Amino acid sequence: MSAEAQAPAQALELREVRGPSATGGGRRRFFELLWLISATEFKKSFHGTAFGYVWSLVRPLMLFAVLLVVFTRIFRFNVVNYPVLLLFNLVVFGLFQEGTGAAVSSVLAQEGIVRKTQFPRLVIPLASVMVALFTLGLNLLAVFAFILIYGVDPTWTWLLLPLIVLLVLVLTCAVSLLLSALNVRFRDVAIIWTVVATVLLYGSPIIYPITILEASFLKDVLLANPLTLIFEQARVWIIDPSAPSAVQVAGGWLNMLPAAAIYVAACILGVWVFKREAPKIAERL
Amino acid sequence: MSARPVVIEARGIEKSFRLPVSKISSLKEQITTFSRPEYRELRALRDVSFDVHRGEFFGIVGRNGSGKSTLLKVLASIYAADGGRVRMAGRLAPFIELGVGFNPELTARENVELNGVMMGLERRQARGRLGAVLEFAELEEFVDMKLKNYSSGMLVRLAFSVMIQSDAEILLIDEVLAVGDAAFQQKCADVFHEMRDSERTVILVTHDMGAVEHYCHRAMLLHDGEVRAIGDPGEVARKYLRLNFESAPSSGEDSLGEVADVVVDDAWLEDEGGRRVTNVEKGRELRFCADLEVKRDVEGPAFGFALANADGVEVTGFGVPLAEVPERVVAGQRLRVRATVENRLSPGRYVVRCWIHRNHNIANLVLYSPHVLDFVVYGKEEPGVAFFEREVRLELRGGGDR
Repeated sequence: MSAEAQAPAQALELREVRGPSATGGGRRRFFELLWLISATEFKKSFHGTAFGYVWSLVRPLMLFAVLLVVFTRIFRFNVVNYPVLLLFNLVVFGLFQEGTGAAVSSVLAQEGIVRKTQFPRLVIPLASVMVALFTLGLNLLAVFAFILIYGVDPTWTWLLLPLIVLLVLVLTCAVSLLLSALNVRFRDVAIIWTVVATVLLYGSPIIYPITILEASFLKDVLLANPLTLIFEQARVWIIDPSAPSAVQVAGGWLNMLPAAAIYVAACILGVWVFKREAPKIAERL
Repeated sequence: MSARPVVIEARGIEKSFRLPVSKISSLKEQITTFSRPEYRELRALRDVSFDVHRGEFFGIVGRNGSGKSTLLKVLASIYAADGGRVRMAGRLAPFIELGVGFNPELTARENVELNGVMMGLERRQARGRLGAVLEFAELEEFVDMKLKNYSSGMLVRLAFSVMIQSDAEILLIDEVLAVGDAAFQQKCADVFHEMRDSERTVILVTHDMGAVEHYCHRAMLLHDGEVRAIGDPGEVARKYLRLNFESAPSSGEDSLGEVADVVVDDAWLEDEGGRRVTNVEKGRELRFCADLEVKRDVEGPAFGFALANADGVEVTGFGVPLAEVPERVVAGQRLRVRATVENRLSPGRYVVRCWIHRNHNIANLVLYSPHVLDFVVYGKEEPGVAFFEREVRLELRGGGDR
């Protein structure tokens, strides 16, 4: 203040005001807001419920129990370590399902902030994904305890788990950006997405390994789903080293291209659409 | 003031909204609407240019729909302008309304931190301000209470304190003067007075001409998205009022944003001889007159007036007794209200506000005009907003013999 007061008549350096954007307001502010908002949302999800964290684990566990009964007693899958594979897959898929599910209506839910403050819009859907990521972190502790108790031997490839999570995380973020921006224009995106997310649960090798399918058009479609290859590779690294790797499942590097292309396209599309929509979000709400 | 450096430079700002005649917000509607949806172009801001200097208290006035809030949102980077450019020096508080960043599920402690970060502080700094924020808001005891359990008055106090305690050099404020209880209002008024003389730049959007004249160094009048006047707050306030009454009948939105069924044509004070006056001596009774014109029939009308001082505090009010009011007034009728009010007002500037209701129901507003008249009460300064005749004595009750 005192330095400024000495030269009151001097012209100040004026900076261009560029209007709203996805990340506006400085990098430090962006990350601090992202952290604060996702941390408080995460804490909030445990407040007010009697069992707090337990519930976030109970939901996948219930689904797990039902599916386990269905596929070991009724359909009788013959898959190595099937129960732990199923549990692991459900929990990791939870990151995608819960992240995108919360993100899709997040911008609408934060209407007040978006319309009345200059706020980096990108923080809003990303915070939803972060909450799902925190939940995943906690759940994975439980899952790995379960995996060890079940008798799966730890291998050095367990160290590659972060890579798996990262691949799912990036895709989750990209889809979240796309959905949250589109949902501002078309409010039914959120409703459609609940259906699509369920389709994806069965359209990815979550409750079954893709190896039980014979070569068919359906299998080709499933192989174009980027999540398929990610989960198949996770199976090799974490649960069953004898399972075929993602490359083997796809039948060669070349056959992985469609899935890789879709993965990259989803990322580019998500970022591009969100950046394009961000300046107009406040007006459309 | 003009020697001070410019902190906000706006040049030729344009902003239009395309308002669909029927709003499309689902895919089905988008697909099934074969013809291109019809749009009505609303030009909210047209070639708006102005400068604000450092330390200035700058008022923006205008009727509802004149583009004030849009302009504020463009300045705050909430809306993108279609044309023109804005340049700014210094840190801007990113809020245009109090308390929008608050999360009701979190405690005051957490919210102060979150809001501070939104304001551009580091987390550590934001936590460091907690004490000062709570002290100003007088909410120290409630630091760990969730905001959803706060009363609305407490919320506003907290929000105002956060804003005051931030480092922002430029504040955008949209109608916040009438917040909290009387004591807190006084505190806010003090802060505004302080800010007026500090290095902080404040842009205040308001309908309250009293506040504009009281706090602002300069003011700008927006009308239909255009700058109509810029300069002396008193002058701008008068232009605003003239504009308000001129266009009241046909293009006439009043401050409710509806066509007024009854308009105030004229309002004045007069002396014992019936001559119009704008200044009244302290203690001399107020003879208030207003001419109303009925534009459309109103059933069960009720008329109310209030006197507010320069800080926006309503000191007293009066209504036209129901016995005097006909069951209905019809289009074309002209009415004159005459009131004689005992004058206990402390010297200062006052505005007269006017309400007209229908069906004897205060929820059915026909007209609310925040400023039908202003006048000055002159004479010896008095403490407080009103004074009362008094007789004060001191008696010696013995002792202290020489």
